[in-house]
Amino acid sequence: MEFWVFFSAKPLMWLIITIAVFLSSSWFNRRVGNTPLLHPVLVSLTLIIAFLLLTGTPYEIYFEGAQFIHFLLGPATVALAVPLYDHFGRVRKMLLPLVVACMAGAVTAAASALLVAKALDASTGTLLSLAPKSVTSPIAIGIAEKLGGYPSLASGLVLVTGALGCILAPPIYRILNVEDEAVKGFGLGVAAHGMGTAFAFEYGLMAGAFGGLAMGMTGAFTAFMLPLLIPLLGIG
Amino acid sequence: MLIGFLVLLVLQFVGELIVMYTGMPVPGPVVGMVLLLVGLIVNGGVPEVLRQPSEALLKHLALLFVPAGVGLMLHFGLLKDDWLAISVALVVSTALAILITTLILNRSAKKLQQLEESE
Repeated sequence: MEFWVFFSAKPLMWLIITIAVFLSSSWFNRRVGNTPLLHPVLVSLTLIIAFLLLTGTPYEIYFEGAQFIHFLLGPATVALAVPLYDHFGRVRKMLLPLVVACMAGAVTAAASALLVAKALDASTGTLLSLAPKSVTSPIAIGIAEKLGGYPSLASGLVLVTGALGCILAPPIYRILNVEDEAVKGFGLGVAAHGMGTAFAFEYGLMAGAFGGLAMGMTGAFTAFMLPLLIPLLGIG
Repeated sequence: MLIGFLVLLVLQFVGELIVMYTGMPVPGPVVGMVLLLVGLIVNGGVPEVLRQPSEALLKHLALLFVPAGVGLMLHFGLLKDDWLAISVALVVSTALAILITTLILNRSAKKLQQLEESE
């Protein structure tokens, strides 16, 4: 057996491509004013998939290099407890209504998505990948894997949901006459995870903080709630 | 920094073990996250050695989704069959989630403001 000393050239190339494409997409997104429609992850995915298809490279080969980035999702998910703790301190007084609103929002997001897609004859794999779509990607990927959905489809749907949340929230807030910054941020965090939170910072720091809190709470709650909700809806 | 990173990995590992032995259908890292949150509340603060690696990881969180996301190329068939169901479901559910969350919270936010003003 040959002793494996250095990372061989090919996996290293995919690792380099992933980071380089992501950095360029982030730079490009800043240039066009941080629009969620051209989110760096969406742009990176499109470019890398196009490149793999053009060069006839199978996903497994790409993942041999990219898995070293993917691996960091685990510790990063654990690390989400840090900002969650920071936000908890600020909102102790309002904790009960926040928890109730988060739970109701998270159940609404998952149940309505599943019921609509089921009524339109989506396959079971699609349904199970759709269920965690309002949850921040690292948690959603884990949930989809556990439920028997497709983690990569789930992560794509999470991104689209994030962009939709940023587009839908402002008109909904106008119609409902929502003025409170904290409420605006929290709603965005529940429905549209990290992308909603980033968008909420444009309403102000308070909105951003509540968005981050909502994102963490929704992620943790949804991970425990979906395994109960899905059999209730007769899926799987 | 390194100690903090070790703590994150150990908590993920403990989370995975708990999931394995209890058979809970919850991702191991999420259990690790709940353990860390409880630890931080008990400790009453975030130690600097933990804050550094956590913020470094979370600052570049978006990059970490890319490898899984590229896997979308395996599901073009599914997307072709289910694109209508997926699109309608995403739009309806995202709007409803914002609506319900805001309706519940707006009422208590107003109550809280009134309470604070009357105090």
